Amino acid sequence: MSLVPVTLLGLLEREPSHGYDLKRDYDAYFGRDKPLPFGQVYATLGRLVRDGKAMAAGSEPGAGPDRKRYSITESGVAEVEAWLAEPVEPEPHLQTALFAKVTLALMLGRPAERYLDAQRAAHLQRMRELTERRRAGGVVDALLADHGLFHLEADLRWIDVTTARLSVLAQEVRS
Amino acid sequence: MSVARVVSDDRAPGALLEGRHLVKSFGATPALRDASVSVWPGEIVAVMGPSGSGKSTLLHCLAGILVPEAGEVLFSDRRLDTMGEPARSALRRDRFGFVFQSGQLVPELTAEENVALPLLLNRVRRSAALAETREWFERLGLSGLEQRRSGELSGGQAQRVAVARALVVHPEVLFADEPTGSLDSLTGEHVMELLVAACRQQGTTVVLVTHDARVAAYAEREVVVRDGTVSALTGGPVTR
Repeated sequence: MSLVPVTLLGLLEREPSHGYDLKRDYDAYFGRDKPLPFGQVYATLGRLVRDGKAMAAGSEPGAGPDRKRYSITESGVAEVEAWLAEPVEPEPHLQTALFAKVTLALMLGRPAERYLDAQRAAHLQRMRELTERRRAGGVVDALLADHGLFHLEADLRWIDVTTARLSVLAQEVRS
Repeated sequence: MSVARVVSDDRAPGALLEGRHLVKSFGATPALRDASVSVWPGEIVAVMGPSGSGKSTLLHCLAGILVPEAGEVLFSDRRLDTMGEPARSALRRDRFGFVFQSGQLVPELTAEENVALPLLLNRVRRSAALAETREWFERLGLSGLEQRRSGELSGGQAQRVAVARALVVHPEVLFADEPTGSLDSLTGEHVMELLVAACRQQGTTVVLVTHDARVAAYAEREVVVRDGTVSALTGGPVTR
């Protein structure tokens, strides 16, 4: 599942919400550089309802195009859990997805440290493969492997720093 | 502090080296709190963790340099933590090898004499010790440097001499604590490649403490130490 739908589902697991509140929370935590258009919020919610991951839990009178309140279904909770527990494919520039996982896990009281450890293991496994490729290959292989290794190392440093700051981050996202 | 040395009987089958429920403090500062780790024969295990997490203390307990206040250390099913210092010292000399970050060579001795030192301490004849030593100079790309003293060697050369000295007695376990910590990236990788190749060739088990993920990537498995406990283990025993 791509990042926006599963993130909205995670926010719904925290508490049933309106589209407007979901957009506000999404932008505050996950969309600082790229706010989510309202149209995408409602289109995504529509698909989540269609797929049985979320459900409309009544509507309220008021201004605005949609005052429907959405909640997550059991199938949606399972989707969030599966996404959180599955390490991201180790590649450069994965921080957006990883950051979203850590933040959502803390919001939902899930074991963020365990997810980070799983990610750490996936990264180190990839680094082992690249180290072996560098050892066995020529200079071109070595340089290509080094490029990947340096990026993965930077990710791992971020994972370590985030692991060390989990309690502070938990306080912030739960406040 | 008196702590009962009682641990549950949950030994890891086939493990060569085990630390079980280890507790160790320095004054009022706890370094290990119920830390457990198992190492199987022939594998290379990286021990990672933040500064001050207890990873070096764990290595020192496993190697019989430090004695834990509680828990037990087993090497080939023998208890290290209850052995006297002379027996642990003999074990460290005969069956373990050590590589540290820097400053391990005896400055008054030549590189060749440094490598031969463990053999000479084990009463190997000087001519036989030097012959064995020369093989290691070749294997680690040190030929021509035999007569240099440590001050005349580069950081990478000195570390390779230290690796040769650690491996010359064919130890069953090599303990390496930040072995590339004082080297630049390329030199460190060169040292690691030689160290890993030599250990694999002679089946030496390696316990490698490092904070550097690129160094840890030479290991087959890693354990992460946080706040004195082993909080994450990746991979299982390596099948060979």
